[in-house]
Amino acid sequence: MLFEYILQLADNQLILAQRLSELCGHGPALEQDIAITNISLDLIGQSRLLFQYAGKLDEQHRNEDQLAFLRPEKEYRNLLLVEQPNRDFAHVVLRQYLFDEFNFLNYSGLTNSKDEELAAIATKSLMEVKYHLRFSKNWVLRLGDGTAISHRKMQDALNNLWMYAGEMFEKTAIERDLVKAGIAVDVEQLMPTWKESVMSTLKEATLNIPEGGWYQSGGKKGVHSEHLGHLLAEMQFMQRAYPNLTW
Amino acid sequence: MDEKELLNRFQAQIDAEIKIEPKDWMPDAYRQTLIRQMSQHAHSEIVGMLPEGNWVTRAPTLKRKAILLAKIQDEAGHGLYLYSATETLGISRQEMIDALHEGRAKYSSVFNYPTLNWADIGAIGWLVDGAAIMNQVALMRTSYGPYSRAMIRICKEESFHQRQGFDILYTLSRGSDEQKAMAQDALNRWWWPSMMMFGPHDSESTHSQQSTKWKIKRKSNDELRQDFVDNSVQQVKVLGLTLPDPDLKWNEERQHYDYGPIDWEEFWAVVKGRGPCNRERIAARKKAYDDGEWVREAALAYAKKKKAKEVLA
Ligand SMILES: [Fe+2]
Ligand SMILES: [Fe+2]
Repeated sequence: MLFEYILQLADNQLILAQRLSELCGHGPALEQDIAITNISLDLIGQSRLLFQYAGKLDEQHRNEDQLAFLRPEKEYRNLLLVEQPNRDFAHVVLRQYLFDEFNFLNYSGLTNSKDEELAAIATKSLMEVKYHLRFSKNWVLRLGDGTAISHRKMQDALNNLWMYAGEMFEKTAIERDLVKAGIAVDVEQLMPTWKESVMSTLKEATLNIPEGGWYQSGGKKGVHSEHLGHLLAEMQFMQRAYPNLTW
Repeated sequence: MDEKELLNRFQAQIDAEIKIEPKDWMPDAYRQTLIRQMSQHAHSEIVGMLPEGNWVTRAPTLKRKAILLAKIQDEAGHGLYLYSATETLGISRQEMIDALHEGRAKYSSVFNYPTLNWADIGAIGWLVDGAAIMNQVALMRTSYGPYSRAMIRICKEESFHQRQGFDILYTLSRGSDEQKAMAQDALNRWWWPSMMMFGPHDSESTHSQQSTKWKIKRKSNDELRQDFVDNSVQQVKVLGLTLPDPDLKWNEERQHYDYGPIDWEEFWAVVKGRGPCNRERIAARKKAYDDGEWVREAALAYAKKKKAKEVLA
């Protein structure tokens, strides 16, 4: 049970890291290229800590790479939000911001987890996520309230991504039990704080929440968007094409 | 002071191994040579991110993915220092980037070759970064202060890159037959382009003489290439792989390894734009730059707005 919970956390970091890594060498300027790669690197590091821990609890004794690369698509439990493609820098920044606000609150809560190893991973990761949040929030402000073009692109990104945000606060049955045991964070309870911060940033960025609200979810249950399959095909390629080798 | 006297003082400073600094007088040709060489070096760091970037999303393990990303990020950092160091000569980053995109500035031709299998990432680290280190170690003593200092900073990271590249090949060379074949295939394709990184033979090199007198260049193309060959022949033994040159053999008299003829026709073809990936590399850089235009404009506009608000408040 704890195993599945950790995988779910790890998958979010991994899939978002993979998306960001696609931008390496293609950023809008060298400085942002470096910053995005940095975030990707942090997230890979966080996912490794989580996969290594999950590996210790795994009945099949899989290592970090077997867990990261060799599961079928429906076993990935990441949020739909993080698997969405890099349609442009506005989508990249907004996806990052919505997730960073959540990741920050979630890790903050996990630092008090009764599971010591999880708490330690959260404490270490939280330092990095604070920096990610500062980066993504600043860019939401800059681009939202920059030029007419950047405003339009940001509003477009918000219109496309907002529907996925609600999934962050959906509690699975496993989470319910682990919350009772003082191990997991109750994501439902993070929502008001998250919403307050996000609303205030979007307002300052002169962006409007689209009508229609939150209506897409499924990643946490293994039902993904069409995008994940392609991401995995690329990410898993070497491990699938040349199984059981050391690299 | 007249030009001739200035020139004598300048040469005396160089001969005394005192670094030339941005505010010092320097002959225009010295400035132009440095701008050409340093911006070319900066562009190489940036374009060099692309062939390796081609494997980031397919890296076989999380650890390798992280190492590769960090390595490419280092190269972006090198590009940044080098652009800033070149700016001290009175040219802007914008002008340099325009020159790259318009084909007026060059970058190392080696990055116009494709990365076709995972072992290419090992071969690039070992051979391409290895060849770059040979050049850069020599440039740590170059006469222009900002360039020399940039090289000192960069060299530390480069040797790490080379070790990581070697480690990838070492792991493959101890793996399955398929992995060994990958590693050999990568060496076969990257060896000669790496040899060409040192440029034409000394007898053919147009810029060499003046650059040596001004101590911009501290070692000749052929001297550097020989050091590279001697090192590589030793290291490839550890890998149990073969360098694709049947003429490689120890020369007792010279105390160096002899090597076979370099295909200069191929070299010049790639320099002149007819390599396998020249168009793609520049197109990728231009696309990133053009796609980023609205982002850079918005950042500027936002900064202006913020400043205006502060003034009002
Ligand atoms: Fe470099
Ligand atoms: Fe390097």
